[in-house]
Parts: sequence; structure tokens; C-alpha cells
Amino acid sequence: MAKADMLGASLWDAYSNKVTTLMNNPQHQGEIFEAEAQKRGHKLIVADFGAESCGDAVRLYWEIDPKNDIIVNSKFKSFGCGTAIASSDVMTELCIGKTVQEAVKITNIDVELALRDNPETPAVPPQKMHCSVMAYDVIKKAAGLYMGVDAESFETEIIVCECARVSLGTLREVIRLNDLKTVEQITDYTKAGGFCKSCIKPGGHEAREWYLVDILADTRKEMDEEKMKAAADAQAEGGAKFEDMTLVQQIKAVDAIIDENVRQFLIMDGGDMEIIDIKKSDDYIDIYIRYLGACNGCASSATGTLYAIESTLKEKLSGNIRVLPI
Amino acid sequence: MQVYLDNNATTMCDPQVVEAMLPYFSEQYGNPNSLHKFGSSIHPAIMNAIDQTYTALNAADSDDIVFTSGATESNNWVIQATWIDQILHGDKNHIVTTEVEHPAVLATCKFLEDQGVKVTYLPVNNEGVVEAHTVKSFITDKTALVSIMWASNETGMINPIKEIGEICKDKGVRFHTDGVQAIGKIPVDLQDVHVDFMSFSAHKFHGPKGVGGLYIKDSQALTPLLHGGSQMGGRRSGTLNVPAIVGMGKAMELATQNIEATMASIREKRDRLEDALLELSDTFVVGNRDNRTPNTILISIKGVEGEGMLWDLNNGQIGASTGSACASEDLEANTVMLAIGADNELAHTGIRLSLSRFTTDAEVDYVISHFKGAVMRLRNISSSFAMQKPTLGGEVQECELHQH
Repeated sequence: MAKADMLGASLWDAYSNKVTTLMNNPQHQGEIFEAEAQKRGHKLIVADFGAESCGDAVRLYWEIDPKNDIIVNSKFKSFGCGTAIASSDVMTELCIGKTVQEAVKITNIDVELALRDNPETPAVPPQKMHCSVMAYDVIKKAAGLYMGVDAESFETEIIVCECARVSLGTLREVIRLNDLKTVEQITDYTKAGGFCKSCIKPGGHEAREWYLVDILADTRKEMDEEKMKAAADAQAEGGAKFEDMTLVQQIKAVDAIIDENVRQFLIMDGGDMEIIDIKKSDDYIDIYIRYLGACNGCASSATGTLYAIESTLKEKLSGNIRVLPI
Repeated sequence: MQVYLDNNATTMCDPQVVEAMLPYFSEQYGNPNSLHKFGSSIHPAIMNAIDQTYTALNAADSDDIVFTSGATESNNWVIQATWIDQILHGDKNHIVTTEVEHPAVLATCKFLEDQGVKVTYLPVNNEGVVEAHTVKSFITDKTALVSIMWASNETGMINPIKEIGEICKDKGVRFHTDGVQAIGKIPVDLQDVHVDFMSFSAHKFHGPKGVGGLYIKDSQALTPLLHGGSQMGGRRSGTLNVPAIVGMGKAMELATQNIEATMASIREKRDRLEDALLELSDTFVVGNRDNRTPNTILISIKGVEGEGMLWDLNNGQIGASTGSACASEDLEANTVMLAIGADNELAHTGIRLSLSRFTTDAEVDYVISHFKGAVMRLRNISSSFAMQKPTLGGEVQECELHQH
């Protein structure tokens, strides 16, 4: 939130002129009938996607020359808002003249780009990006019908965010490489979840198979497990770096060094010490300890003894260790 | 011509109201709490607004009507104070409301749910009305408050407030109603119905924005929402918004005097508009006209998506409203539309037209003509009315895109 968000944006003001123009006067709206196509020796493909009860629906018509698979003419019918009509219109425009094999490569991103007035400014506000996804879906369906294959076969990877076309593989990789911890960070890095928001968590505009919150949680869990395993393995081999150990491992390691090198001398003087906590700051690893028995209040506990404990731990574990008695 | 048919969202401030308010900006600007004459000279105007409000609502002298910033504040106040008084500091734990309330009630109840309060959201029938026996069956010993709107902003449908009031009185449960859409549209007589609390906003009945009130029967206790300078007898702090209060008093008077005649005239225009639009095939209007605020039409037009329709109406200089998910900021389907459930498609095809006493016959004629033209254009584009059937295998079996 900031000044720019104080007054919610007007949805329609964020539409490009092209969206507005095509909504008011779509160029390829209409139907192609079976008889007409046959008369011209062409094959007609008609595919539906969505339904009125879902909120948007589109019917795509392709008149295809069977000799070369070229889409010679295309029309659409749409039940939907302005951006759905404009997206459908541009989609048919992009199909005309292409072969079916070329057309199936058209994505919702191509449709949205074609609706822009200039390359830098999005054609629709983020939540309306979703309207262009239906264009992509109906093309796949039409191509599947023509080629006699399942529409899903055109998709080679699992797309989690359809608006920005971000795959499951990409998301997992980006989370790992950049050590991402929040969904907002994922959106910043990949744009996934930045549009209709359905893919963020259940309960949005539409039900999804994959959600960013789950992908993030699962990937983080995997990362943590790997880290733990690496630390445990390293310790088992005896070569673990103190900095890379888990907190429990660090406490155990410190305790072992104290037992071996320090504790006996403290006990001889009628005292002892315990580890309270270990905290990592930018430059130091701070080990908080508390003196017990006679050590508590002993003059050298803040000087000689402390120096001995710290230098032993520095030598055995890490040069960055500081020991802080409390 | 431009025509405003979104009067359930807000209304034009009546020029007579503006005129009544004007002296209280730069001429008589004193703080009514001040002892000097600049302050005390304001008292007659505030007293007059109080009289106008009590008269308009037929409130008893033993009742309180506290001026607030509007119904959102009033709704929040009643519900949050109920939580503090009856739940945190009492032995209750339950609130009864409906699925079709305004967000000011629903979101406040959701907030209380997060704090551990049990909330029952009552369903409505296919006309969008809450049935009194349903209310009765959900009240328990632990119920602290029943909150049910008098009339719906979306459908205009009027709930059986008198019956529900009697049920609450019998059960000893406090009853709050959001009266925003009732005042100025139907008679509101607070000595005829049993209502403990009623919220209202001036801008819904040709008053200014940012002012409203909460009616409190018999001046019963309610922990304040706003603490401060103890204005309004300590019930609601904050320097009195003098011009707005004066304006609301005037607006209340204008909206309720001769209400039967004014409403008959609006109803006649509304019915003419509704009849004309229903001449279009595959349309339906939600709710029986006799039990609906006389200014409201919620019409569903098969094959025409609500935002698209709003767009075409806007191109024709007509302001209306839609519950369509596509027109909302978050694409969430309108819960009220889904709750009515008269038709699943209502959530995508519903258009609300709401008239006012300033709507003219010429405007109605213009809207009829333009509305029909827009439906023709959009149905011509619509896949719902396409002739050529899909290729075998190209049909849609079920809603594969959205699963609300």
C-alpha cells in the first residue's frame, strides 16, 4: 500500500485503446458454417471452451485447407466481458494464415502482447490477464480436434500460473536458486501469481491442481531436509564446518569441547558453566554462557577464564566465535 | 442524455439538502461543544436535524439516534460492541446473520469469527428473502445478536423485519437491522416494528456522503466504538459534522414525507422499465415486485455477461451495476448472487438498475431503447446464441474453466 493504492484503480481505465476498440467493434466476430466450408473444399473445426455458467465462454471457428493445414479463415463467438471479446478477436486474427501446427504455438502472452498499444504497457490490468488464457486453451482444443490428438498433448510441462505461463519446474528451480521464502518473492521473481491470483492458494477465481503456497512449502521442506542431511553427513565424517551445523549440533559440539578442555578446571575450583544459547550475527557466532557455583562472581570469570574458554572454542571450532557470559 | 440508474450505490445530493447545509461551512462554523455563542448558536440546527430524524423514523423520545460516519461505522459498532459486551464480558458466544448482508456486516462477522465467535450465516430463499422461521430455528441460548438487513442492496427484496423482530423479542435476543436500503424507499416506523438497533447512511436517500446514524432502542447500553471527546452523550466521539448532520436531517425529511406518493411514482416508472426489458427473450428478474423496494430491478440476461453489458450501457451514458465476478477487483463471484442461487448464471449475467425520485419518464424511455440495443449487439457476439454446433468432441461437457 502506498499513495497510488489509496483510491482503487478503475478497471476500465487500465484497458489499452486496442482492447476498447475491439470490444466496441470486434473484427472477426461471427460464424463459419459447415456447408460454406465444404463448398470451398475446406475443413471446418469448431471448438468451445468455458461455459456461460462459468462466467466466460468462447467458440472458435477454423476453416482449414486440408492440403497444407493452413487456417484460411477464422471467426469467434464469445460470452464474456470486454477483455474476453477483445482477446478472442485478436486470437482469431493471429490464427489466420498460419498452419494448425504453427497456430498451436500461440499463447495467451502473444494474445496480450498483440492487444498492447505500445510494447511497454500491459493491455489489461493484472486480474484481466486471465481472459487471454481462454484464447490459448481453445486453440489447443481446436488443434487437437483437427489433428486427432488430445489437447493436453500440446502441453509439455505442468503450467502452474496460466496467466504468466510459469511451469512447476521453473518455480521449484527459482525457489531453490534464490532461497525464496514467500509467495510475494515468487511473484517478484517469476510473475507467477501476479495476475488473476487463482494459483496462489485454494479459494480463488478457479480451482487449480497446483498452488504456489504448497509448492513453496514443499520445496522449502525439501531444502531444509537436504541441509540437515548434509550437516549430519558432514558431522558424521568429522569434517563439518561449525557455521553449517544446525543449532543442536552446534550446542553438542561446544559442549563436547568444554567437557574435554575446560569443565574439569572449573569443577576443581568448585564451579561450573552451562550454554544458554548460540546466536549467529553478521560477523560473529555468539555463544551465551552462564557460570555456576564458585565461578559465579569469581574475578577471573570475566577475564582469564573467559579468555581461556573463548580461545579454546575459537581454535577447535571457529575463529568467529565470541563467548558472552550473562 | 445521461442516465444514472445506480441509486442503490449512492444518490445525488438533493439541491434543497445542499442549500440547507451551506450556511454551516463558512458562516456558522462553530463547534457545538464550545460554550461561546459561536458554538451554542449551532444548537438549534442540530436540534432540528435530530427532530427531523426522530420524526422520519417515528422513534420514541426514550430511544437514541446517534449520528455516525455512515452505516459501515454503525454496523461495525453494533457487532463489535456486542462482542465486547455480551461475549468477552458476558456468557454469549453466537451471532446470527445472513449470507446476503452488506460487506460491512459480513466482513465484521468474519473478523469476529477469527476472534473465536460462532457466526451462523442464514441462507435465503430463491427470491433472496430470509424466512422468519429459519431465523427462529437458529437462535440459541448463547445467541448475542441477530443482524439482518431490512432490504437488500442487490435485489431490493424486503425481509420480514416485523416478524423477525417479534421472534427476537420473545427469545430475548438483541436484533440489529441494516436499514440502509429501506429508509426513503419503504415506510420505516420504529414504533411499529421491534428493532434494537438500526444502521443508516444519508447518501442513500439524497443526503451527503460520510454521515449516517445508529438507532438504539430505549437507549440501551453499547460500548462505544470511538473514544474521545464524549460527543453525542458519550456514545460516539468526534466533533459533530454539523453541515452533514443538517443535510441528513433535511434529506430524511424530504425522503419520508409523502413517501407513499413518491414511491408510487418511482414504482410506476420501475414497473414500466421492468416490463419493457422482460419483453426480451431469456431474461428474468429476481423477486416478486410487491415485496421489493420500488426502485430496484435485478435482471439476468442470458448470453450477455454483466461487465460487457455495463460497458455498453456506459458507452450509452447509462450508469448501472453488475454482480458479475468479471467486474470486481478480485474476480471473486458476488456471494449474494451465489446465495440467491435462483440461477447459477445470475452471478455472471445480473444487471442491477436502481431508480430514484429524480428519474424521469424520458430517461426510462432512453434506457429501454439503449438497453435493448446493447443486448442485441452482445447477443450477436455471444457464443450462447451461436448456430453452428461444435465439431464432435469440441463441445464443453461441464464447467471446465471455473469451479466456484
